[in-house]
Amino acid sequence: MSMLARLIAVTLATGIVLSAPARAGTLDLEKDVVKIGFIKLTDMAPLAVAYEKGFFEDEGLFVTLEPQANWKVLLDRVITGELDGAQMLAGQALAATIGYGTRAHIIAPMALDLNGNAITVSNEVWRKMKPHLEIGADGRIRRPISARALKPVVEAWRAEGRPFNMGMVFPVSSHNYELRYWLAAGGLHPGFYSPDDNSGQIDADVLLSVTPPPQMPATLEAGTIDGYCVGEPWNQVAAFRGVGVPVITDDEIWHDNPEKVFGITAAFAEKYPNTTRALLRALIRAAMWLDENDNANRPEAVEILARSEYVGADAEVIAGSMTGTFAYGKDDRRPAPDFTVFFRRYATYPWYSDAVWYLTQMRRWGQIPEARPDSWYDAVARSVYRPDLYLAAARSLVEDGLAREEDFPWESDGYRPPTRPRDVIDGIPYDGRHPNAYIDSLPIGLKGNQTVRPGGRAAG
Amino acid sequence: MTATDTDIAATRRRASGRDRLAARLGRLEPWLRILGLGWSVALLKVALGDSPRTHLAQLWRELVVPLLAILGFLVAWGALAPQVHTSLGTIPGPVEVWQEAVKLHEDARIKAVRKERHRQRVEERNRKLIAAGHPEKVRDIPYTGAPSFYDQIWTSIRTVFFGFALAALIAIPLGILAGLSATANAAMSPLVQIFKPVSPLAWLPLVTIIISAVHAGNEGLLSKSFLISGITVTLCSLWPTLINTSLGVASIDKDLINVSKVLKMDTMTKLRRLVLPSALPLIFTGLRLTLGVGWMVLIAAEMLAQNPGLGKFVWDEFQNGSSRSLARIMVAVFTIGIVGFLLDRVMQALQSLLTFTNDR
Repeated sequence: MSMLARLIAVTLATGIVLSAPARAGTLDLEKDVVKIGFIKLTDMAPLAVAYEKGFFEDEGLFVTLEPQANWKVLLDRVITGELDGAQMLAGQALAATIGYGTRAHIIAPMALDLNGNAITVSNEVWRKMKPHLEIGADGRIRRPISARALKPVVEAWRAEGRPFNMGMVFPVSSHNYELRYWLAAGGLHPGFYSPDDNSGQIDADVLLSVTPPPQMPATLEAGTIDGYCVGEPWNQVAAFRGVGVPVITDDEIWHDNPEKVFGITAAFAEKYPNTTRALLRALIRAAMWLDENDNANRPEAVEILARSEYVGADAEVIAGSMTGTFAYGKDDRRPAPDFTVFFRRYATYPWYSDAVWYLTQMRRWGQIPEARPDSWYDAVARSVYRPDLYLAAARSLVEDGLAREEDFPWESDGYRPPTRPRDVIDGIPYDGRHPNAYIDSLPIGLKGNQTVRPGGRAAG
Repeated sequence: MTATDTDIAATRRRASGRDRLAARLGRLEPWLRILGLGWSVALLKVALGDSPRTHLAQLWRELVVPLLAILGFLVAWGALAPQVHTSLGTIPGPVEVWQEAVKLHEDARIKAVRKERHRQRVEERNRKLIAAGHPEKVRDIPYTGAPSFYDQIWTSIRTVFFGFALAALIAIPLGILAGLSATANAAMSPLVQIFKPVSPLAWLPLVTIIISAVHAGNEGLLSKSFLISGITVTLCSLWPTLINTSLGVASIDKDLINVSKVLKMDTMTKLRRLVLPSALPLIFTGLRLTLGVGWMVLIAAEMLAQNPGLGKFVWDEFQNGSSRSLARIMVAVFTIGIVGFLLDRVMQALQSLLTFTNDR
């Protein structure tokens, strides 16, 4: 550790000598003291990197990064203004704006990463699943593992009268939707929400409930839940500690799926436009740094994240998912170069199609109780996701010579090209321009004008 | 004049010098005992020329036995800890805990460097603003990084003293009232008995909601988490002071009360000259208990209110779940114990200073 101290001291000394900010931003910023919240997950990396590598400083910002106890507290504090912005679940920004939960107009001017989650099950469940797994020619388990291998286990549980519980981090989180997607693709019903019953367990074969990410390995070990879907490092932690087995990564469920966003209130962006642009510039630079030179900076990022004020898990565990591999168990490490993508393939651009996907999943499971026309999905996406702010910040970075022209999709209309069938575990393509058609093409879930009647059972 | 004359004079000087030191040591002895340095008294006496044998029993009891006990504890800990396997690794032994303590110290040094750099940045910013003609925008921006371990210890101490001061402010007047007036005592007694056993974790949600409603901002000396932790400490720890104060006031010697009647003292004088001085020993006992309870309660309150002190340190380490977490939590446990011990000693010293008992 003293080597580390020396390294840091040298870096600081060099920084003091060389620090001349690219622009004298202090005078332009309406507000230069900013507090940003985060949850202890590896994909808060852009925030930590922007602080530690001086990108916030270059913009003249004094940023305090504050870890929050759970997603609910984080959202509430952004809404009340105690936090100026936060690493946020994309679903939180959307749900708050449409009024599911506390209503507030939150915008996402930038995405933070792609992928980065995985589903882990307990050792007992894994043992029961093993006989149903396909073994490849090399003797290793063939991946991706479909939830069809889980179905017999759930049914065995039900025969014994045991409920099958799984954890996710928040009712509108990507983890919830990815877990549900995976279960539904394997023929298991993850449960509906209804306006009267927002437990999300109506008609469910598998009961899903909320647990904060850092507590998930402990809860799995205690047996309260039989599996969970969460972001890193909490899957690798379970694998390293031997309390659970990661089954599938979300990159295997949907290649390059959208993950967290940087969320601020719409009022903040209106009141402090220069500050918002400075924040976005710093975060874009951090994202570029993380993916630079084929992930060359990742080891340093791992060391930063391992500090107890950021993620705090062991560096070895964090490196398990950040440096090009993913460990499905102590002895089953597979290459996963894109386990988390921070900047490549336009990862930080806030695509409307990403917003629409989240909305379709909300509709699929009943959080949006009634059918809506395609235009509604488009309108909500446009009010929450703000590529205009993102591109303005990107343009100013390109002008300052800090970013390259070709790294940003200047001409896009905000919708990614439709997902190819082979990039999704159940082969169902997704086209963000036609959300209702997509909803109708999914196996389990509400379709068309169906609603969830009181007492369960879809009707429509 | 023979050579021995000078010797005798010198010896007499030395003897009188030693006598003076010994006398001084005798006066200091009660203070050294209070500060937990009682074991040094015997050593100093031997150093001043007393024969070790007379102090052997004292040395044995006050120095050697405690040292052996601590050593035995460390050995037992070192032997038993690796036997217990948890999912976070084995329980750390004394060596690991010491290593983590050293790392925390180094980490604090690094943070001090960064704080200095931050201060320079803020100065530069303020200078630029003044130069550009915006003196009203100048402000002192607090350090944006995470607090060091020493900062957290200091935050905890500040919070406990805030809670303690508030508790004393509430409990002592109420206690005096209850002691002087039997009616007041009867009125307060049921309430005190009901609220005394309530745990801090039960008060915390109530306090949080009230403070959130009343106190808008989160900046400055009195941040919300600080207030919440401090007030929770007050609510849980004011009872010993209250009870002891009323007891102390109620049990004033009857002769003293008669004196006040003879001298026709008014209430304020009676309070100042009679009641308080004679009740002071029990009040101080109550205050010591309050501080002790308050320190225990503080750690729990900080964990939940997220006040950046030792409680939050323990909670964060638990949440992080790294392989070093258990060792760091143990460092915090020892720190909490040592600080609690020192706080109690400070109170005891104050008590000796300000009260008169039959022993002094």
